Amino acid sequence: MDAIERDLLQKVADLHDVPEGAYNIRENGQSVARSSTKNIEIVTKTEEGKPGIDIIIQPYTKNQSVHIPVILSKSGLKESVYNDFYIGEGADVLIIAGCGIHNCGNQNSEHSGIHTFHVGKNAKIKYVEKHYAQGEGTGEKIMNPTTEIYIDEGGSMEMETTQIKGVDSTKRITTAKLAKNASLVVKEKLYTHGKQTATTDFTVDLDGEGSSADLVSRSVAAENSHQAFTAVINGNNKCTGHSECDAIVMDNATVTALPALTANNVDAELIHEAAIGKIAGEQLIKLMSLGLDEAQAEEYIIQGFLK
Amino acid sequence: MLELKHVSFTAKDEQNKDGGKEILHDVNLTVTERFVALTGPNGGGKSTLAKIIAGIYQPTSGQILFNGEDITSLSITERAKKGISFAFQQPVRFKGITVKDLLTIASDKKLSVSEACHYLSEVGLCAREYVNREVNASLSGGELKRIEIATILARGTALSVFDEPEAGIDLWSFNSLIKVFENLHQKINGSILIISHQERILNIADRIIVLADGRVTKTGGREILPELLSGSRPKTCAVLTGEGV
Repeated sequence: MDAIERDLLQKVADLHDVPEGAYNIRENGQSVARSSTKNIEIVTKTEEGKPGIDIIIQPYTKNQSVHIPVILSKSGLKESVYNDFYIGEGADVLIIAGCGIHNCGNQNSEHSGIHTFHVGKNAKIKYVEKHYAQGEGTGEKIMNPTTEIYIDEGGSMEMETTQIKGVDSTKRITTAKLAKNASLVVKEKLYTHGKQTATTDFTVDLDGEGSSADLVSRSVAAENSHQAFTAVINGNNKCTGHSECDAIVMDNATVTALPALTANNVDAELIHEAAIGKIAGEQLIKLMSLGLDEAQAEEYIIQGFLK
Repeated sequence: MLELKHVSFTAKDEQNKDGGKEILHDVNLTVTERFVALTGPNGGGKSTLAKIIAGIYQPTSGQILFNGEDITSLSITERAKKGISFAFQQPVRFKGITVKDLLTIASDKKLSVSEACHYLSEVGLCAREYVNREVNASLSGGELKRIEIATILARGTALSVFDEPEAGIDLWSFNSLIKVFENLHQKINGSILIISHQERILNIADRIIVLADGRVTKTGGREILPELLSGSRPKTCAVLTGEGV
């Protein structure tokens, strides 16, 4: 692994070296390193035309982590990868995924990760996903993550998804189906600049009694970039759902927020909030009165907002 | 150290491009004492004057001198760096920026948790509960107000301007607030300009300046206070004075 690849790995997975516990590192379309543990098994998919891995986590596995970073450093590589997670009953684990692209060539590099999560009864997972791209080439850096989530009775999932700069085009699709007393929390952070486009689509079905979902997106759109955020929550039982899109728009950027709620049950309690606007002038003034110049103040406000 | 010479300010009128409302008219004043209190009726131009000192508004005419230097054309940042601090009447909220972050920017150095806590304790906040909280809508108006004062303490500049620091601080005794100002003075050995309507704050001022209708109508030591309080009703409003009713 060379310096560029190590840098990508560090940015998307906070990894300086091979991680502890179970992991699979995919580099330029190949699995280059893998380790299973007693409770977490990683196996290559055998189905034709469906490259990827199955990650099988035994019931009641606690305090363990799985790292599955993907890095693309060759220009012009285009891949779709299917990763299926089977999380056993009562397990409590941390899953860290992430994709880093370095494209210094003139051909587009594209990674589509299709992740499916089967969260077992009373299992609890935290899923962290970071996307990052760099490289001076004219080739675009494209990432299209799809996340399908199925949470069984009493299970819970917290998903943190971050894309800060570098990715030219992204379409992020997340669907979830929740059973009785299951809960889902999603925190999305997004920063786009240049001519980048980012589309986020959430569809959550709150099927089970007592299920809950909380979708929170904070984003900054700068320069000539465009973002579109859609959050659909369907309350099909006695449940609670909340979606929030909070965006700062700068320069000539544009942002669309489309929250949609459907109550198919009289006991469904659903709320959406969406706010788009530029940085408040008084925030800049306050920080300038503490000695920062305007550009520093702006950077500080954005950093805090996306923290 | 701070001197305003013939400062006037006319607020732009969006409907009438040529016109506007004159908020300050030929204001002359100096701040050299320890505590100077700026008081006067609502709408008299006090907050506008404070914003002109901080560089948030540019005067329509006149000159502002700070330690003998003409700072009229300097930006907010440049004035802050020269040693002017300004505590907002209505503090600003920030998503994601913590109390410690703000105090760090204010002090312009890497701040340890215990240093940050020290500033918060001084304004009567239980420091450990606040230091890592975000300066967002979860804080009450009174809490924000105290944090605002703490950022001015952390700056410790030669001139500190407070726009109605007592507003919204209900449970905290004025004694504590006054002690904060005394400590600040000792530390910076500079001046504090406080916009206030509170008798107890006016009472500790070395000098009181009354601003009404955009003009300095009276200035003097504490001895002018009884006179100010006795004539507290505006004399121009026929309804309030009972004339013609």
